[in-house]
Amino acid sequence: MKTAVFKIWRGDANGGDFSEFATEISEGMVVLDAVHAIQAQQANDLACRWNCKAGKCGSCSAEINGVPKLMCMTRLDAIPLDKPITLEPMRAFPSVRDLVTDVSWNFRVKKKIKKFKPRPPDAPDGTWRISQADIDRVQEFRKCIECFLCQDVCHVLRDHHLQEEFIGPRYLVFAAALEMHPLDTEDRLSELKQAGGIGYCNITKCCTKVCPENITITDNAIIPLKERVVDEFYDPLGKLLKLFRPKT
Amino acid sequence: MSNYVTLEYDVLVIGAGGAGLRSAIEASAAGVRVGLICKSLLGKAHTVMAEGGMAAALANVDDRDNWKVHFADTMRGGQYVNNWRMAELHAKEAPDRVRELEAWGAVFDRTADGRILQRNFGGHRYPRLAHVGDRTGLELIRTLQDHGIHQGIEVHMEHTIVTLLKESDRVVGAFGYDRERGRFKVFKARAIVLATGGIGRAYRITSNSWEYTGDGQSLAYHAGAELVDMEFVQFHPTGMIWPPSVMGILVTEGVRGEGGILHNKEGKRFMFAGIPDAYKSQTANNPEEGWRYTQGDKNARRPPELLTRDHVARCIIEEVKAGRGSPHGGVFLDIAWIKEKIPNAAEHIKKKLPSMYHQFMQLANLDITKEPMEVGPTTHYIMGGVRVDAETQMSNVPGLFAAGEVAAGLHGSNRLGGNSLSDLLVFGKRAGEFAAQFSKESNSGQISDAQVEGAAREALEPFERAAKATANAEGPYQVQYDLQETMQNLVGIVRREEEMVRALDELHKLSVRAKQVIVYGHREYNPGWHTAIDLKHLLTVSEAITRAALARKESRGGHFRDDFPNKDSGEGKMNIVLRKEADGSMHVSREEIPEMPPDLERIIEEMK
Ligand SMILES: Cc1cc2nc3c(=O)[nH]c(=O)nc-3n(C[C@H](O)[C@H](O)[C@H](O)COP(=O)(O)OP(=O)(O)OC[C@H]3O[C@@H](n4cnc5c(N)ncnc54)[C@H](O)[C@@H]3O)c2cc1C
Ligand code: SF4
Ligand code: SF4
Ligand code: FES
Repeated sequence: MKTAVFKIWRGDANGGDFSEFATEISEGMVVLDAVHAIQAQQANDLACRWNCKAGKCGSCSAEINGVPKLMCMTRLDAIPLDKPITLEPMRAFPSVRDLVTDVSWNFRVKKKIKKFKPRPPDAPDGTWRISQADIDRVQEFRKCIECFLCQDVCHVLRDHHLQEEFIGPRYLVFAAALEMHPLDTEDRLSELKQAGGIGYCNITKCCTKVCPENITITDNAIIPLKERVVDEFYDPLGKLLKLFRPKT
Repeated sequence: MSNYVTLEYDVLVIGAGGAGLRSAIEASAAGVRVGLICKSLLGKAHTVMAEGGMAAALANVDDRDNWKVHFADTMRGGQYVNNWRMAELHAKEAPDRVRELEAWGAVFDRTADGRILQRNFGGHRYPRLAHVGDRTGLELIRTLQDHGIHQGIEVHMEHTIVTLLKESDRVVGAFGYDRERGRFKVFKARAIVLATGGIGRAYRITSNSWEYTGDGQSLAYHAGAELVDMEFVQFHPTGMIWPPSVMGILVTEGVRGEGGILHNKEGKRFMFAGIPDAYKSQTANNPEEGWRYTQGDKNARRPPELLTRDHVARCIIEEVKAGRGSPHGGVFLDIAWIKEKIPNAAEHIKKKLPSMYHQFMQLANLDITKEPMEVGPTTHYIMGGVRVDAETQMSNVPGLFAAGEVAAGLHGSNRLGGNSLSDLLVFGKRAGEFAAQFSKESNSGQISDAQVEGAAREALEPFERAAKATANAEGPYQVQYDLQETMQNLVGIVRREEEMVRALDELHKLSVRAKQVIVYGHREYNPGWHTAIDLKHLLTVSEAITRAALARKESRGGHFRDDFPNKDSGEGKMNIVLRKEADGSMHVSREEIPEMPPDLERIIEEMK
């Protein structure tokens, strides 16, 4: 059997270092399998998060050879094995232990965004009529599995630590899903401009590149939201016209 | 009072999947203080993995559908050992629960006239599953989560409950630890809703995650609640089998709902042989008719691939045993073939089954729009669990409620696909409502320090043993593997008496080993420690499954016995009930299923 060597960051909020583990690998194995094998055989207390092992829950985010990825969807045969594979926690978030980080900030941000507020039902039985074409875009955004890889890679959060001013790509996608929801009647634009800090995004598209759900975060969510914000706040004529056109 | 951090609620919900979230929302809407606890982060519970959809007789796609048909389908699927009152409530209330989700922001796929689209699924007579591509569970959990966080519910993520606390008969709280720091906490509550999901980790091949260690069933059992139907474990016919590392991961039934077919290595569609009598009149007898059914032809009958899961799983096993299986010991599931039938088939498949496409592309290097998949049965769901009152979801322990997969009754001996997500909503809501009511009518109980201290001591034993361990002491993982291997081999899809008796013996040895495992390191986020604690639950549910399976001397639904291969009408009138005796042993009893009222009886007759 072939073996692979992993350099896994071990430590907590007070610091840590890489430890090396060699483990046997077999056909089709993903990084998470290797971590589990190491956990079971060599380091019972190696901390990592995971649930579904199928790219559906967004728990197993980490940096694999420096690239933010889901461990359960990264196959070992797609990584060069001639040198050790480094595994680190998401670096934009405070460390808890080993591969586990404190992502609670994300949950707090979400709570601040105004919730969905539908228009009155279209039919007497309390239901709505919506055409599929009108929800394709929103469904793209709702594929998000909250892995926070986009938050991890965004330089505004990672390098400039503007967590207090900027909600990050995940929550711009979330806000876009609400704003573009055909039933929604809430207005979140002033919020996005101020507390959301949408202006901080300078469209580097790094977030889009790491999204495991292939959500076109920048082009489909952030740019249209930026346009709406501009329309609303810098273009009085556009705003007036908007009053006469249905929300899209 | 003990020295641990103590939090107090009116209603404490343990579990934040669909059932737990829906309960918490309902309870908080009733104006009581609600705490919600989950082992993982919020939004990561098992519900997120559900793919195909949730069943509700909305009649948006086929106007012949209504609650009565849904009720009859559920009872037929469960082979009539279901709690008929639960099946009735479920069929009647599911449509409202689905519509409510839309009002909270869910975005379901649409029909041409703009209503919620519904798809075909095994055992459902009409297209009934509201869905979002093949990520319906994500839509459901996210909708509930995003609605729930504005309801004033206090959420404790990454907390695990290790025992329930009682005052005489009644539950008054729960005791657990937080993952991050490993600190113990006491949760005081007037009513508790268990919504902890299933037991899949008791088996080696499973579609379930690490969370599914049967905690709720075991917590309830040790607190004096009865378990029922534990012999009924659902083995889903289509799990991935290759490469080895993905073994067990689910391939949604939606693939077959969209026209996917099963064949063996000779290219034969083996499901046409041996269609059970109860389903003959509703099943297509040729491929052409089956195809038309999947494409929405109301005059066509369903293809045999969409028969109930227990049947399909056994047919697959028979093919493999007869040497007609696929190279890695399964059979072929083919959706690519539909290119013979429709233009742009590849695009169509990617649109309808995006995560399946993704899953096979990434994990197996296989393009499902071009090649057939290899699939085989995987442990998926437990129909049995905590015995509850149909209306209120309360167990026989006052103040202790259960909803979702951890509760039993709705599904009888076999669950229909899509009936779980609707179950979570219907009975999650009911549990929340009645738990809130119970809490308003009760005083806050008294937590016993002795119980708390005892639980804390037990939880810390693995560390203490490690301090004085000898060289041959073992960690928790090997015990867990051996338990999974035992259940897989001896109490799996095909069961027989000698093997199950052997399983009990093995489980006994494993429980001795479990009491000796050691854990190194410290208490902060230590998965070895968590695994050691979970062993108790795994052992409890494994024993419950085995004892119930031994007691049911017939084959029905998910429970198949080689030594009793047929259904038995006498056994079919019974539920197997398990209870903990004062001496700690597991008591097995058989209880007659209450007679169905004539109006429900009539519905079943009419729909035969
Ligand atoms: C891959 C897959 C696909 C599926 N597809 C479908 C489908 O298409 N349609 C359908 O109807 N059904 C489907 N099912 C079944 C369905 O998803 C589950 O039965 C259902 O989601 C269970 O929901 P629940 O709310 O009961 O529990 P879960 O969603 O599993 O939640 C359990 C919760 O309890 C918590 N918990 C557990 N133990 C403890 C403890 N000791 N302390 C604290 N918290 C605890 C967990 O952390 C979690 O939050 C599928 C299942 C799988 C695995
Ligand atoms: S495009 Fe904007 S949000 Fe995305 S990574 Fe770049 S700066 Fe951050
Ligand atoms: S948008 Fe994509 S990368 Fe960001 S959290 Fe969601 S799934 Fe992850
Ligand atoms: S474990 Fe769920 S996404 Fe990796």
